[in-house]
Amino acid sequence: MTTAISVSGLVKTFGQTRALDGLDLTVRTGEVHGFLGPNGAGKSTTIRVLLGLLRADSGETTLLGGDPWADATSLHRRLAYVPGDVSLWPNLSGGEVIDLLGRLRGGLDQQRRAELLERFDLDPTKKGRTYSKGNRQKVALVAALTSDVELLILDEPTSGLDPLMEAVFQDCIAEERDRGRTVLLSSHILAEVEALCDQVSIIRLGRTVETGTLSQLRHLTRTSITAELAGPPNGIADHAGVHDLKVDGTTVKFDVDTKELDGVLRQLTSVGVRSLTSTPPTLEELFLRHYESELSSESGKHTAAVSK
Amino acid sequence: MTASTVLSAGETGTARREQEGGLVGTGALLRLALRRDRVVATAWILIFVVMAAGSAGAVAELYPTMESRVHGAAGINNTPAMVALYGRVYDPTSLGAVGLVKLVAFGAAFVALVCMFTVVRHTRSEEEAGRLELIGATVVGRYAALTAALLLSVGASLVLGVLTAFGLAGAGLPTSGAFAFGLSWAFVGIAFSAVGAVAAQVTSSARTAMGLGATVLAAAYLLRAIGDSTGSDSETWLSWVSPIGWGQQVRPFAGDQWWVLLYLLVFAVLVSSGAYALVSRRDHGAGLLADKPGPANAAASLRTPFALAFRLQRNGLVGWLSGVCLGGLVLGSMASQVGNMIDSPEARDFIAKLGGQEGLTDAFLSAEMGILAVIVAAYGISAALRLRSEETTGRAEPLLATEVSRLRYALSHVLIALVGTTVLMLGMGVFAGLAHGLAADDLGQVGRVIGAAAVQLPAVWVLTGITVAVFGLAPRAVMAGWVALVVFVLLGQLGPVLKAPEWLMDISPFSHTPKLPGGTVEALPLVVLTLIAAALIVVGLTSFRRRDIAS
Repeated sequence: MTTAISVSGLVKTFGQTRALDGLDLTVRTGEVHGFLGPNGAGKSTTIRVLLGLLRADSGETTLLGGDPWADATSLHRRLAYVPGDVSLWPNLSGGEVIDLLGRLRGGLDQQRRAELLERFDLDPTKKGRTYSKGNRQKVALVAALTSDVELLILDEPTSGLDPLMEAVFQDCIAEERDRGRTVLLSSHILAEVEALCDQVSIIRLGRTVETGTLSQLRHLTRTSITAELAGPPNGIADHAGVHDLKVDGTTVKFDVDTKELDGVLRQLTSVGVRSLTSTPPTLEELFLRHYESELSSESGKHTAAVSK
Repeated sequence: MTASTVLSAGETGTARREQEGGLVGTGALLRLALRRDRVVATAWILIFVVMAAGSAGAVAELYPTMESRVHGAAGINNTPAMVALYGRVYDPTSLGAVGLVKLVAFGAAFVALVCMFTVVRHTRSEEEAGRLELIGATVVGRYAALTAALLLSVGASLVLGVLTAFGLAGAGLPTSGAFAFGLSWAFVGIAFSAVGAVAAQVTSSARTAMGLGATVLAAAYLLRAIGDSTGSDSETWLSWVSPIGWGQQVRPFAGDQWWVLLYLLVFAVLVSSGAYALVSRRDHGAGLLADKPGPANAAASLRTPFALAFRLQRNGLVGWLSGVCLGGLVLGSMASQVGNMIDSPEARDFIAKLGGQEGLTDAFLSAEMGILAVIVAAYGISAALRLRSEETTGRAEPLLATEVSRLRYALSHVLIALVGTTVLMLGMGVFAGLAHGLAADDLGQVGRVIGAAAVQLPAVWVLTGITVAVFGLAPRAVMAGWVALVVFVLLGQLGPVLKAPEWLMDISPFSHTPKLPGGTVEALPLVVLTLIAAALIVVGLTSFRRRDIAS
């Protein structure tokens, strides 16, 4: 089996709200798949459908070869889940929660548990109500990572972790990938996605808008070019894929769709290039473009509301 | 209470700014609290008012003549167990004093419980859930939440007191006594609002805060119980160190000692200023009592959903068990003396008609079993409601993402509710039976009383079933379980007094429970009730398997 998660045309409505509107998602076995989208895009809803907590209205969903709703319990033995907002029992210690969840999942490795507690610098004797948000998150992470499972479903697992712990988390996920485990990682932390993910799907308003490797996605965005030319910049303005062109004598500044880069550069060299600065697209720009286009197309607001 | 307050305070020095700034936003928070509690608060106020007015309406029939009152009063005053449980009748000739003696302290204790719950709900529960932090970061003073909670609780107490007074006066009792009664309830409520305010500061968990408050209440009740019952013909000083005792010493319908209300008022002011002092000394989210560390590893037994449910509900069950066993002990020891209590033939007749069939003792035991069944049914509802609170807090989600099926998860708490109610009812029966058997010098009574407790169970389970069914079918309406209990109790208590039609009273499952000991047992109603409970649970569990889990 090469496909761990396969979702197509998934629809889920809550009353009037259409939370998922024909979402597609394919995660191949053994890959770390980044699952991105602005707040409220439907990431958590998708994950909760995959866990059999919500029943889909329509669409095909296959998880580890089974039906996430009908075969929930047998599938859950083979996966571990970390929610984005971990809520612990106030009077159970972190260690008790880790043991309990591990056992309910079919057993846990005590040696691995001790090692993870050490790495995440987590005190397992504190009561649930006394943990900070980051430490609650660590309890759920340790519980998930100690289990011997095929698939990890992580819903913004590092929200509330400090940068040191973020690094530990990235190491752990890299190890899991090396062991051949599949990871679905919903995240807003772009450095994390860049460091860990083989494939990325971007969703918005309950639909998948982009999916592919990061370099494929980079290709879809724009490169900034500043060039001093030998002569007047003829024809640049009309070239396909050129945006925000500013001409100051023989100096041009513009953004160009990365896939049109080659043609535009030929155009520039035909005029003659004295100096050239090219800034490759950052991930932030990539995501902001996808996130913002939702804002501008759906609500008319142009403020970038991506804070996480 | 907005920026203008802050500005004007800023001009007059930091001390005043600190003081006034601490209360900024109280008005807004009070409106929020009123908005959240409008239904609940109205409901509990009305329950108390209806209970008091209903009893006042019934006592005229119970004690029609002066002799019957004097006899009734003597029966209570000469029975130490009755004096301990309810208090003394201070004027045997007064209808109100004799007829409402059971409500003065007992009712006040429930008012106190609800007031503490209200204050904790709007302070520590909010803080624990993190919602207060959201509000605390806006223009809201340090003392605003506590002040809003206290204003709500004090206001509700006063409304309750005044409406109760109107209800009693409307039922024909003297107006002055009616107000003394209503205000004694109200001021006990105010005093315990202050206790709730302190408890909410001391611990970081709302549950523990409620436990702490309930312990203070129990201690206050116990102090006056000892104080009232150990004096030869009046209370001792112990009754005068208890807020519940002060509420009684207002002596409604028996002299109306208004000045005792001042004790309660001074107590409330002192205790609540203690709560304010604690607020200014502690951090947000923290309590005064630090949490003890727990074990680093789970016990080997903590490996099933049921083990978790038991672990979560264990302390609560132990608390309830000690409560109902104590209740059984007190009622059992009173049962054989009950014949002395009521000497009027009409009253005997009334009790016999109302409850049992042969013998006042059996009628008394049977009536008290019915009351305890309601209390145990309340436990069953609250235990089953854990399913919903686990779901809405997001704690069910990680469990359901493991190999645990929905059925197994839901069954774990349903089993706690069913087994818990059984243990409570039988435990209470054992204690009541032993106490009654020893008092009556007839240990053969033990089995009879346990049997009387056991036959209550099917009706109790119906309430658990209703809660589970609503949890599965319409999870947002889970409070329907409580509504059903209140409706059934009102049908049972007021139905006969208001001469309601038979079919209406038959809606309550408690009306089908055999009147034991003394009555005859028919298996059919018990079987039908058990089947109804089982069917409701099956409906709830099946629907839960098919619905979405709330996030």
